[in-house]
Amino acid sequence: MVEKLLEVKDLKTHFHTFKGIVKAVDGVSFKLNKGEILGIVGESGGGKSVTGFSILKLIEDPGKIENGEIIFNGENLVNKSEREMKEIRGSKISMIFQDPMTSLNPLYTIQQQIEEVLKLHTDMNAKQRKQRCINLLDDVGIPQPEARLKSYPHQFSGGMRQRAIIAAALAAEPELIIADEPTTALDVTIQAQILRLMKKLVKEKNTSLLLITHDLAVVAEMVDRAIVLYCGQVMETGKIDDLIHQPIHPYTYGLLNSIPRLDDQKKRLSQIEGMVPNMFELPEGCNYSPRCDYCQERCLQEEPKIREIHEGHRVSCHYPLSREG
Amino acid sequence: MFKYVTKRVYQMILVLFVVSIIVFFVMSFTGDPVLMMVTPDATQAQIDRARMELGLDKPLITQYFIFVKNILRGDFGKSYVFKQSAIKLIIERMPATLELVFVSVLLSIIVAIPLGVFAGAFPNKKSSKTIMLGSLLGISLPNFWVGMMLIFVFAVHFRVMPSSGRGEVVNFLGMRISIFTADGFKHIILPAVMLSIQSLAILLRLTRAGMMEVMKQDYIKFARSKGVLQNSLLFQHALKNALIPVITVFGIQIGKIIAFATVTETIFSWPGMGKLLIDSINRSDRPVMVAYLMIVAFIFVLLNFIVDIVYTSIDPRIDLR
Ligand SMILES: Nc1ncnc2c1ncn2[C@@H]1O[C@H](COP(=O)(O)OP(=O)(O)OP(=O)(O)O)[C@@H](O)[C@H]1O
Ligand SMILES: [Mg+2]
Repeated sequence: MVEKLLEVKDLKTHFHTFKGIVKAVDGVSFKLNKGEILGIVGESGGGKSVTGFSILKLIEDPGKIENGEIIFNGENLVNKSEREMKEIRGSKISMIFQDPMTSLNPLYTIQQQIEEVLKLHTDMNAKQRKQRCINLLDDVGIPQPEARLKSYPHQFSGGMRQRAIIAAALAAEPELIIADEPTTALDVTIQAQILRLMKKLVKEKNTSLLLITHDLAVVAEMVDRAIVLYCGQVMETGKIDDLIHQPIHPYTYGLLNSIPRLDDQKKRLSQIEGMVPNMFELPEGCNYSPRCDYCQERCLQEEPKIREIHEGHRVSCHYPLSREG
Repeated sequence: MFKYVTKRVYQMILVLFVVSIIVFFVMSFTGDPVLMMVTPDATQAQIDRARMELGLDKPLITQYFIFVKNILRGDFGKSYVFKQSAIKLIIERMPATLELVFVSVLLSIIVAIPLGVFAGAFPNKKSSKTIMLGSLLGISLPNFWVGMMLIFVFAVHFRVMPSSGRGEVVNFLGMRISIFTADGFKHIILPAVMLSIQSLAILLRLTRAGMMEVMKQDYIKFARSKGVLQNSLLFQHALKNALIPVITVFGIQIGKIIAFATVTETIFSWPGMGKLLIDSINRSDRPVMVAYLMIVAFIFVLLNFIVDIVYTSIDPRIDLR
């Protein structure tokens, strides 16, 4: 029986800059079950990171969660105080960042940075904590973990740092991990290793994972379902197989077509024409209309509502592509 | 580590050697001390005899070597005025100055760091803007004027604070120290405030700038995502990083505090070595000036050394080899 862990309903996170309001996340809704891996996909600036930070309520000035509910284990995080959130961060929900080179504090040892989570969220004593740190480093595949405890981040390679960060994120056995492009800064071979490792660890502990990425191909074999974000709005969501093999939103289709493939005989890579629009002057109607190959009169005037096309497969488009095409 | 320390000690000796050359030659161009010492109606023969007694008739180079040789034996000559060992005069007055400097440095740190952290972590708050305005005043108001205003307000107008001297002193580890008596403590407040204001303001602004920079870093956000509490986020994760550039500058600031102590001591009649220096300059008492300069140079060099050690002990990325 699937159990719901997280439900985000109509989340709106806006930044009140002095140039105007940036609607970084504008009405995003999704569900995440226990033990499930959900991908959030989209181009740069689509609001993926802001969505992730909103769940932990780590949005800083001038940003603000304007609307919506974030139901985690039946409780709405939006109404929680900063004090209550501090108890949830790191213990129930933890986060992995994009750039392992900058996410670790250069002045603290690896042990200190992993142990901190245990100090805050468990009542282990010093000896137990140390043992747990060693086990965690071992789990994430760092050789000779005991000898590495006293190392500083600068003595680790990028891949090892990201492993250490994953260890810190796993330390208190959270129910949800938000990984914001965890492998973007790493080279391709390490990327695959880290992703496989994360999948393994998450599945072992029945932890849920929200995997943020701009690369659908990278996560295709990782995630169970995915949502496609564009300008802060959900364009399409569904099982990953459906999205990859039968995309129905022109944007998803465009994203997939711009992935290079080795077996492809086409002369040149296709790409989505145009650029992500300026967040201060979003187009009327559908946000994607200026770049859409299938744009019609109605798309320029009326904003499409998200609707279910097929079981679990939802799209926000007036003229979705046919599921067979 | 050991290799590093020996290397630094060599450097320190070299610096002090260069300082000794500069001090000696600059001194020999400032006024003729002999004329200050003899009575106005002295004959040429008397003047010549005095010059010979002081060893000032020999060539400059010879004088310099004698000077260095004596220094190495801890002998800076006798004060022309007090007819006592110059170094002894300085050392007698050193506790008073060190005490004043110590209290001022402590005051700067205690006030500047928390305020700087606050202003850097919450730059948009009204109170942060007030703090920054205050620090701007602290930097721009002339030091001596602040001292005189302090005397005027607290000593003359309200009569709550003494305006001069050290008050009661007690013996502590063989030094005469005043902060441990209530009376002495009262005496040190105004001069310490005056002496610390400028470096306090600079330290505050540097801490704030560092904090603002550090608070934007990913590792702070990562720490927050781990649920780290506000205080340890600001005063451990962030402050430690923000202090790295501040420490170097603060080492220089302590040197400046020692130098400015001469002005403060003069205004508050604080019987320290700074006041002795000013008195000696007025009387062309060359051995005392030289001894003062050499000792202060030594303190500077030592301070820099300590700052570097502190610096490397905070930042693991710095390799001592
Ligand atoms: N602090 C901020 N102030 C103003 N605007 C912001 C701020 N943070 C994010 N934004 C805006 O919110 C929008 C979404 O940003 P977000 O970081 O979520 O994008 P993303 O999908 O994660 O992109 P990337 O792939 O580059 O990480 C962007 O247009 C960005 O300019
Ligand atoms: Mg991002």
